[in-house]
Amino acid sequence: MTRTTPSGFCRHDILSPVPPVDVRATVISNVRLSRDYNVLTIAAPEVGALTEPGQFVMLKTTDASDPMLRRPFSVFEVLRDDLGTVRAISILNKRAGRTTGLLYGLEAGDPVWCLGPLGLPFNPPSSGEAWMVAGGVGLAPFATLAEALVALQVPTTLFYGARTADELYYLEFFDRLGVKLVLTTEDGGAGVKGRVTGPLEESLKGLGGPNLVTVYACGPEPMLAAVARLAERYGQPSEVSMERTMGCGLGGCYSCVVPVKHADGQTRYVRSCIGGPVFDGATVVWE
Amino acid sequence: MTALDMSVRIGSLVMPNPLMAASGCFGYGLEYEDVVDLSTLGGVVSKGLFLAERQGHKPERIAETPAGMLNAIGLQGIGVHRFISEKLPLLRARRARTIVNICGTTLDEYVEVARILSDAEGVDALEINISCPNIKEGGIQFGCSLDGTFGVVSAIRKVTSLPIIPKLTPNVTSPASFARAAEDAGADAISLVNTFLAMAIDVEQRKPKLSNVVGGLSGPAIRPIAVRMVWECRQEVKIPIVGMGGIMDHRDVLEFMIAGANAVQVGTANFVDPFIWRKLLDGLTDYMQRHQITRLADIVGALDTTSPAKAHA
Repeated sequence: MTRTTPSGFCRHDILSPVPPVDVRATVISNVRLSRDYNVLTIAAPEVGALTEPGQFVMLKTTDASDPMLRRPFSVFEVLRDDLGTVRAISILNKRAGRTTGLLYGLEAGDPVWCLGPLGLPFNPPSSGEAWMVAGGVGLAPFATLAEALVALQVPTTLFYGARTADELYYLEFFDRLGVKLVLTTEDGGAGVKGRVTGPLEESLKGLGGPNLVTVYACGPEPMLAAVARLAERYGQPSEVSMERTMGCGLGGCYSCVVPVKHADGQTRYVRSCIGGPVFDGATVVWE
Repeated sequence: MTALDMSVRIGSLVMPNPLMAASGCFGYGLEYEDVVDLSTLGGVVSKGLFLAERQGHKPERIAETPAGMLNAIGLQGIGVHRFISEKLPLLRARRARTIVNICGTTLDEYVEVARILSDAEGVDALEINISCPNIKEGGIQFGCSLDGTFGVVSAIRKVTSLPIIPKLTPNVTSPASFARAAEDAGADAISLVNTFLAMAIDVEQRKPKLSNVVGGLSGPAIRPIAVRMVWECRQEVKIPIVGMGGIMDHRDVLEFMIAGANAVQVGTANFVDPFIWRKLLDGLTDYMQRHQITRLADIVGALDTTSPAKAHA
C-alpha cells in the first residue's frame, strides 16, 4: 500500500485504499452563499483525516428510506483546529434535486450520514505548474487540491467561471493561499465575459511547449470535454473530476459509469466511484 | 448459553448464516472487502455473467423512486473467463462462499457458462438469472415461460453437480408456478424476487429517467409484494427458498424467513449502508436470544395464520 500523508497526494497505483468510514455527523454550520449555493460544515473528522484532494463522500440526511440513496459530494474543505487536528469537513452544495435541497435546508445540530472518503484522488503534477479549471459548483474539489499544491510549492492558477459575479465564491481563500485567479462570468459582471475555456485557451497558447502544466478540471460535462480537448491540443496532461448519478460509491451498483478508452484501444465503461471520479482527461470518451 | 446456529444448507453449499449479497448489488464482492470480511457473509452472489464481456446500457442507469430505486444497468460484466481468472482466486483466498449468477442469450449459452464454471475451482453454487427485466435478449424470455424455465433449469442440471438456484421474476401472475417448474427441473433452491419492471418520468423534460426507458424496481417499496410471493412459493415447493426484495434491517430478514425463506439476499440496502452486514447479524442474534431460538432455521415458514398480529400504533 503506497500512501502519502492525508491531504498530501496519493498515487493512483495504490493497491488497497484506506477503507471508508461511515459516521453520523452533526452539522456545525450551514452558510447559505446564495439562493442555490451553501457550504455545509459537518463534524466528520474521521472522514476528513483520511481525505485526499479529489475524493468524495456519500451523504444522506435521513436514516429512513425516503429519500433512500446517498448522494456524492466532493470534500470541499478539510477543517483543522489551531493545533492542526482535523475537526470537520465541508461540502459546497448547489440545490438541484431532493437531497441537495435537504442539504441546503439543514441547521446546526442536524444529523448527516457521511460515508467516505471514496474514490481516486488527483495526482500531483509531474512537473511545472498546476492549472485548476472550475465551472460553477465544480469549484468543490479545488480548495483541498490548492492547499496540497501550495504545500508542494507548485505554482497554481485557478481558472474559475460562473454565471454571475455573485456566484464566484471563496476568492479570498484562494488568494490568501497564493493561488493566481483568472475569473470569468457569463454576463461579464466580473473577470472576463464568457466561458472559462476562453482564457484557458489563451494561456495554453502562450506556453512554450508540452508538459509544462497539469490541468485539473471540474464542472459541467461540456466544460470538462472542452478543457480536456484543449489540454490535449496544446500537449498538456489533464485530470478531470466527473460527476455521475451514483448509487453506492463503492463499486457495487455500476450506475456511475464513464466511457474510457483503454490501452488495448477498446472503450469500456468504468465506474467513476472506484475508477474515478478523477480521470485522465485524454482517456475519457466524450459523448 | 447454547451456541446459536444460523446455518443454511442448499445442496452442497453450507452457509454459516442466511445473509447473501444479491447479484448486481455487490460487484464481484472484492469491491467490498475493505468494509466487510467476505467470509462472514452466508454467500456472495456475483454480478451476472455471460460468456463474453458486456458493456451494459448507457447512463442514466439508476433513478431513485419513493422508498426504492429503478435500475437498468444492462448486465455490464467481464464475462465468465475473466471472472474465473481474475476474481475467483481472490474470492477463494478470502474464503467467500461464491455463488455465480449466470446469464445467457440462448439456452446453449446458459449451459456453456454453467459447464465452464463447474470446471472452475472455488464456485460454490450457480444462480441462474432468468429474470433480468432490462435486456431484450435472453433471461426473461426463459423466466416468463413455464416451459422456458423448466427447459433452462433441466439443461443446466445435466451439466453440473453444483447447487443451482434459478432466480425468478416477479413480473408474472404466479411466481409459485415457476417455482414448481424449477423444482421439477431439478433446481436445488429458488431465489426470488428479481426486480419489478417499472419506469419513472421527468415531467419537466418529458423524458424517461433511465436511458433504457424502463428498469427494475428494488428497495423497501417492493418488500411486501416480495414477501407475499415467497410465502406463496413456500406452499408450492419443498426446496430451499432464497428470499429478497427491499430488506433494510434484520426484521426484514426475519419477515422473509417466517414467510418461508431459508436464506435471504440483501441488495439495495448495501448501497445505502455497506456496513449493514454486521448490524443484520447482531439483530438476528438479539432476536434469537429474545425468542430463545437456538436454530434460526426453525423459524423458516413458521407463519401462524390462525389470526392476525395484534396491531400497534
